[in-house]
Amino acid sequence: MAQQNNSVKQTALHDLHVELGARMVPFAGYDMPVQYPMGISKEHLQTRSHAGLFDVSHMGQVLIKGENAAKALETLVPVDIIDLPAMKQRYALFTNERGGVMDDLMVTNAGDHLFVVVNAACKQQDINHLRQHIGNDVDIEVLEDQALLALQGPQAAEVMSRLTKIDDDMIFMTAASLNIDGVECFVTRSGYSGEDGFEISVHNDDAMQLARTLLAQPEVEPVGLGARDSLRLESGLCLYGHDLDQNTTPVESSLLWALSKVRRADGARPGGYPGADIIMQQIANGVERKRVGIKPQGRMPVRDGAILMDQDNNEIGIVTSGGFGPTVNGPVAMGYVKTAYAVPETDLFAIVRGKQVPVQVVKLPFVKQNYYRGK
Amino acid sequence: MSTIKFSEDHEWVVTHDDGTALIGITDYAQEQLGELVYIELPEVGAEVEKGEAVAVIESVKSASDLLMPVSGEIIEVNEELDADPGKVNEDALGAGWFIKVKLADAGELDELMDEDKYMQSLED
Repeated sequence: MAQQNNSVKQTALHDLHVELGARMVPFAGYDMPVQYPMGISKEHLQTRSHAGLFDVSHMGQVLIKGENAAKALETLVPVDIIDLPAMKQRYALFTNERGGVMDDLMVTNAGDHLFVVVNAACKQQDINHLRQHIGNDVDIEVLEDQALLALQGPQAAEVMSRLTKIDDDMIFMTAASLNIDGVECFVTRSGYSGEDGFEISVHNDDAMQLARTLLAQPEVEPVGLGARDSLRLESGLCLYGHDLDQNTTPVESSLLWALSKVRRADGARPGGYPGADIIMQQIANGVERKRVGIKPQGRMPVRDGAILMDQDNNEIGIVTSGGFGPTVNGPVAMGYVKTAYAVPETDLFAIVRGKQVPVQVVKLPFVKQNYYRGK
Repeated sequence: MSTIKFSEDHEWVVTHDDGTALIGITDYAQEQLGELVYIELPEVGAEVEKGEAVAVIESVKSASDLLMPVSGEIIEVNEELDADPGKVNEDALGAGWFIKVKLADAGELDELMDEDKYMQSLED
């Protein structure tokens, strides 16, 4: 991986971003495109209507190898990995001893090993965590020379079908090894936009050719991190470091769906991961605060850090993600509120620059997720 | 006769002979901010000092302040920006003006840059 003097890393597609006129910003140690000349709003809408290509090579890609890989990983996540079928993918969370979330990750059973994708900013922590806790039982292989491209949008499948063979049973959260126009790739049908789409792991040496091939398709435009954030926020997806952190449990995060039944108190393999007692106790008895959708009532965006108050001026929560949703065509946000206020249509105020802005608790997502779950 | 001056923070000031001035952000500024989605304008009648944050400019990604390039009293705000903040992206130096002020101290204008100097500053 190319490295500059100031130690900001570059992805294999860096020259392409510059060539396309991207505005580059440092993000999690990488020089990344926040937007292209099209602009965040249009890139967002392009992804919702056609297809967008994202460079997400800053994320960590890790292989966990060995006979006990699934069993070992289960000791670190509250998720069923042992029974994850071959070429299926699952969302998981690394928890700490307090039940807080160290990171969220995607785990794929790639047959003879597990393929794991973690957040860029948590990458080194996660690798250390894996090595420390399960490094003696399994091989942890960090893919340093592998790029990750995300092709997202309702026309992503059409684009892929033109360049490779996509089986009908490759539904959301399924993986396949594919040759895309001559380039060998490991592909999962997943993403972070709320749309149908693919994440494509490809060797750095082939990444440029693949990106150019995909961008040459009439449906596809390059999309930067700015629209990636507005897309995931409208789709109600958590951003680690904002909506999830070390002091927030998956139960508080409204991620109960991610906690596999077999790993719960009444399941076949209950507990056995860091913070399990706290998390299982919270599942049984409830929590004091919960993540909810927050819809500002006017046009003014309400951003990360804004305090939430009830009608009697009591502080009852905080916004953890907020901005403008181009598809909603208005401001959208997520945050944590005391559980009594987590009921949809509860009217609250957000404090923005000292002023009260009316907001309402709403169900997530703001924009219906559009995953491909089969014909 | 009107004269245009520029601040280091990428605001422009067009002054008129009657001691009033229009204030907005430059084309460079709107381009850097990207698509604007909301603009919070001040109250008419407010007396604002040079350097004070007088309006909030919200883009898809972030919120930034409009800093007063000169001191004065707000005598008018561009209410059309409420409904269509994109006017600033389309025409930053024209229809995308923010506020009209009555200058408190015309001498402050001398501290601002003329157009040549501002364009030069963007290249540096």
